[in-house]
Amino acid sequence: MKIAVIDYKGGNVQSVLFALERLGVQATLTADPEVIRRADKILFPGEGEAASAMRELRAQGLDQVLPTLTQPFLGICLGMQLLGTHSEENDTSMLGILPFEVKRFAAAAEFKVPHMGWNTLQQLRSPLFAGLREQDFVYFVHSYYAPVGEYTIAEAAYPMPFSAAVQHHNFYAVQFHTEKSGPVGTRILDNFLKL
Amino acid sequence: MLTKRIIPCLDVKDGRTVKGVRFEGLRDAGDPVALAARYAQEGADELVFLDITATNQKRTTLLHLVRDVARELDIPFTVGGGIGTVADVEALLLSGADKVSINSAALHRPELIDELARRFGSQCIVVAADARYTAEAGWQVYTRAGTHNTERDAVAWCREAAERGAGELLLTSMSNDGTKDGFALDITGAVARAVSIPVVASGGAGSMAHFTQVFQQAQAHAGLAASIFHFGEIGIRELKEHLQAEGIPMRL
Repeated sequence: MKIAVIDYKGGNVQSVLFALERLGVQATLTADPEVIRRADKILFPGEGEAASAMRELRAQGLDQVLPTLTQPFLGICLGMQLLGTHSEENDTSMLGILPFEVKRFAAAAEFKVPHMGWNTLQQLRSPLFAGLREQDFVYFVHSYYAPVGEYTIAEAAYPMPFSAAVQHHNFYAVQFHTEKSGPVGTRILDNFLKL
Repeated sequence: MLTKRIIPCLDVKDGRTVKGVRFEGLRDAGDPVALAARYAQEGADELVFLDITATNQKRTTLLHLVRDVARELDIPFTVGGGIGTVADVEALLLSGADKVSINSAALHRPELIDELARRFGSQCIVVAADARYTAEAGWQVYTRAGTHNTERDAVAWCREAAERGAGELLLTSMSNDGTKDGFALDITGAVARAVSIPVVASGGAGSMAHFTQVFQQAQAHAGLAASIFHFGEIGIRELKEHLQAEGIPMRL
């Protein structure tokens, strides 16, 4: 199985590669559209800021390539947000593969931003979460979120419910860090590899 | 529900953990990777590695260590200690660190926080502040491993760090560190109220009740400790079960 991890200087790709390695999978880190198109599975991690990530994707022509992919695709963290249409983060137009608009959490006394730490998953509705239970914990670090919609396949709350995971056809994405979420995260990655 | 976090801190020198560590079943208690894996297995929510190496080889050994830890560990970890430039931070993140903490360099040149946050995102930039209380001056921030008084007010500095783009504050009370008399609840609470980012409390943990206090009375988001975990005085799992029973949300 050929696994491609998309390299667009989008942050902590090393952790994703190591997580795959722990599952016994050797992945290729690449920005080459041909290698990406030929892969069986694609991971799209991301951290940092939306506008600079989009600039980098456009510079490499990946903004045109990604929406045309048909194999199972997993966006992680910023890699999920970039699949939406627009982000409040520096008023950024994004890939538009999913119909959501990304918004910033409103900080309040008890609800600091970024939303950082272990939070529970609810309303799990996807084979991506096979073997998981409602209220299992995963690790989040983000200041922006996708609202709940018909594309939502898992929810978390901070304090209002938001999309912890989304799906449209072959495009799956999670807001939390599967690669840093202990055995629960490992199971999700493993489930993705088996899709 | 978002849980409070329990964070063991490992001091690292020349790629090895220092300070005594007593753990049954660890063949080599100085191996940071084995120790990290042990803590992760016991339920640690995150780890912090504080590098106290002072040699020229520091950078290379630290990057190797970060890589080895990232390869093994499936929970987040922060690396700190003498980190001063954008290039330092980039190298650590590329090696697999989830967050990098800066301390003296940020006080020396606060714009560094803005630069790092813009470049890498606030989520991976932790500002560590070492504060000490004196009756005359209140809580002030110290640098260079606590040897130099910047004479900056701790709350004011933490607020500035947050406004410049820090994603988290690691607040150590030098007045409490090593005492095992409990966290500094007043300054931790004052900082937590003053900023809109998470605050990790450090310094003074000696009992499970101290963690209850820092979460319930000072609104800390995470509690960090070293020796009580290393010496097995408090097990991470029993601590988290205790806190959960006290009504503090924990990942168990």
